[in-house]
Amino acid sequence: MTSEPCYKLLPNGLSIYLLEIHTAPIISHWVWYRVGSRYETAGLTGISHWVEHMQFKGTPRFPASHLDKAISRTGGVWNAFTYLDWTTFYETLPASQIDLALDLERDRMTDSLFDPAEVEAERSVILAELEGNQNEPRFRLGEAVQKTAFDHHPYRNEVIGSREDLKRIQRSHLFAHYQRYYQPSNAVIAVAGDFDTGKMLDRLTNCYAGVSSGPMKAGEVPLEPLLTAERRVEVTGPGSTTFLQLAYRAPAASNPDFFPLAILDSLLCGPTSLNMFGGGGTTNKTSRLYKALVETELAVGVRGGIQATIDPFLYEISVTLRQERTPDQVLAVVNAQVARLQEEPVPEAEIARAAKQARAMFVYGSENITNQAFWLGYAEMFARYGWFVDYVKNLAQVTPADVQRVARNYLQTQQRVVGIYLPERSP
Amino acid sequence: MTISQSVSPHALPGPEDIIRTVLPNGITVLIWTNQTSPSVAFSGFLPAGSVFDPREKLGLAGFTAAGLMRGTAQRSFQQIYDDQETAGASLGFGASTHTIGFGGRSLAEDLPMMLKLLAECLRQPTFPPEQVDRLRSQAMTSFAIRAQDTAAMASLTFDEILFAGHPYALPDDGYIETVATIQREDLIAFHQQHYGPRGLVLSVAGAVTAQQVVDQVVEALGNWANPDQPPEPLLSDVQPLTEPVRRHIYIPGKTQVDLVLGSLGPKRTDPDYQAASLGNNILGQFGMMGRIGSVVREKSGLAYSASTSLNGSRAAGSWEFSAGVAPQNLERVIELMMTEVGHFIHQPVSSEELKDSQSSYIGGLPLSLESNAGVSRAILNIERYQLGLDYLVNYASMIEKITPEQILETAQRYLVPAHFVTISAGPHPSEE
Repeated sequence: MTSEPCYKLLPNGLSIYLLEIHTAPIISHWVWYRVGSRYETAGLTGISHWVEHMQFKGTPRFPASHLDKAISRTGGVWNAFTYLDWTTFYETLPASQIDLALDLERDRMTDSLFDPAEVEAERSVILAELEGNQNEPRFRLGEAVQKTAFDHHPYRNEVIGSREDLKRIQRSHLFAHYQRYYQPSNAVIAVAGDFDTGKMLDRLTNCYAGVSSGPMKAGEVPLEPLLTAERRVEVTGPGSTTFLQLAYRAPAASNPDFFPLAILDSLLCGPTSLNMFGGGGTTNKTSRLYKALVETELAVGVRGGIQATIDPFLYEISVTLRQERTPDQVLAVVNAQVARLQEEPVPEAEIARAAKQARAMFVYGSENITNQAFWLGYAEMFARYGWFVDYVKNLAQVTPADVQRVARNYLQTQQRVVGIYLPERSP
Repeated sequence: MTISQSVSPHALPGPEDIIRTVLPNGITVLIWTNQTSPSVAFSGFLPAGSVFDPREKLGLAGFTAAGLMRGTAQRSFQQIYDDQETAGASLGFGASTHTIGFGGRSLAEDLPMMLKLLAECLRQPTFPPEQVDRLRSQAMTSFAIRAQDTAAMASLTFDEILFAGHPYALPDDGYIETVATIQREDLIAFHQQHYGPRGLVLSVAGAVTAQQVVDQVVEALGNWANPDQPPEPLLSDVQPLTEPVRRHIYIPGKTQVDLVLGSLGPKRTDPDYQAASLGNNILGQFGMMGRIGSVVREKSGLAYSASTSLNGSRAAGSWEFSAGVAPQNLERVIELMMTEVGHFIHQPVSSEELKDSQSSYIGGLPLSLESNAGVSRAILNIERYQLGLDYLVNYASMIEKITPEQILETAQRYLVPAHFVTISAGPHPSEE
């Protein structure tokens, strides 16, 4: 069983969340930075992700080749993720070895080397990562849809960046980005696991006491007006499978409409899990679109998803079509199901069911210490930790009228992008 | 049946707290109680895998498994999914060569409902005709996607050549032309013949007592019988190739080539499996993907991922090297990998490398067991390969005993360049 989390703000602006869990001799330690593709400027797309890669390339104290080995030797795991609004680094280690994670993260908050030769080697690695992504039709479709959904907002760019920018970015750009965003006042540390809160707090306070924060410019990005007419984008490529992706402008995570839209998504496409580790929860075969598309043999699969973000991002519905079906056949069915949500209030029981599904997923996620530490920091990147604590409660309070209202406000045809991946027919 | 058990916190699951019991009809049940979260995970298998497939209907075992949840004598497809989705629970089936596997999870309060559902799907599936047709056309789409997947096609071809003439050469999900011929009657016949309690293993971990689980399993599956259930065929050993094989699968329009190369490896139950496993860790896992990752990714920047894997199964195993690379770098990456193979089979690993990997294995064990699903899978694997209920408890001492000489001797036996299969899939190697 777990205790209540402890929160502390250090004088240098660093936020710390600690949660004791004594079910296994493990500690998971995360450092979150408020930087991701949202903070990137034209010509430098992908720079946040590249900086994340460079954080594995060593400091004077922890040379690159030693880092991986030091972690592996403990039997622990570590990794990092860059997303729209955030970049995060984590280590989950045997509890007795956790000092390694604390020292390493403290060190690379300020002392990463950005060795020029390593910068070049990483350029090839990231270009290879991009090429691997582009082998996948759904990546290419998603990339095109995102670009079409926004004219100016950096959410239009894939986190990995464009090939042109990845060829252009220099060490000086990377280092400036690092210095600007990697500092205590722009970071949240979240630790969960088998430790004593008082001792862990002392340890972290000592670690970061000597690190000062420079000026941080407010991360305001001008919001983009809603689309006024439906946009279509087509991507062609190899294969014989057609994919359809719809993208509606969604509310920001801090907007109360986020919760009714999450319920709507659950009814339309099946529940989405907020667990990064510990997996999803259940299937989506009783969702409205599964019944309307898969059971009628128009599609082989459908999924939907809303992302928790600082600025309004996208509510997306993705469909894999059956071989002989056309995008317009599928689109007509999706339109009818969306219209039904706009016209008829959903039964209370369906909302209660979606809330129970969310509760079950939280229980599954709480089995996993790494996932619990992830939760501690995650919501801080786009709202507050309380957003997360109240998530299930907020879902349970959604009313049929709320769902109808968000269906009317957000799922308007003229506000959406329709993306289609069409296979180049080969004999 | 009456079960007693004792539990100590933070201890690894072992003979003290893994309860193992065999029902009179042959079903083995393993239970590990964990009251820290009100959830439960379960997994299991039944010996009805693709090894029983007629060659012309390859994929039948997988198709049958996929059909189990499409309707039972008691519930329609929609009722099955409505019940589990309402509970936020999950159950799924899949096939491999030897077995069909299943797994699921739920809140602890819903376990009786899930075991009842499991039993219905295993015992009384109805394979409704429209559902069979739908599954077949979904499979056709999956095959079309697979044909465009460079990693999947490289791996498929690798197995076809490495295990030629053996059931392991064939993909469990079959081919487009074999699945196209499978009819509802085939599923019904396959189910009647091969599904039964003998050889069924179920492992449960979570907030339930052993007694509760055993009572629920007896209720759901205790009276199941199938006297016609055939024994699993004994598979012959796989013979190494006599000369190296190199092949490129051309998939136009792709930007990257996926590469798989390697040789046979030990069976999971072979005495040299753990030595090979530690050796594999040093070669292509440890840190950022071991020696291979260091040479291909870190020093040369030629790939985003480059690693090795050891896949030990019951009748044979494979030792594979894989990477996703730009077409113009393919030859260079193969050369670098083969150079590393040369070093690996000529010089013992250093004691420091071995100590690092040993420490990684031992320290990593609690991490792999932190969720109920992790424990359930670990216990199932113990039963699958008959590793003994004390396997996790004795794991550290077993790993610590492996020596550099054992690893060298094992590597020399398996990693013979003259027997290597090298498969690439994607654009032509000369394309940029």
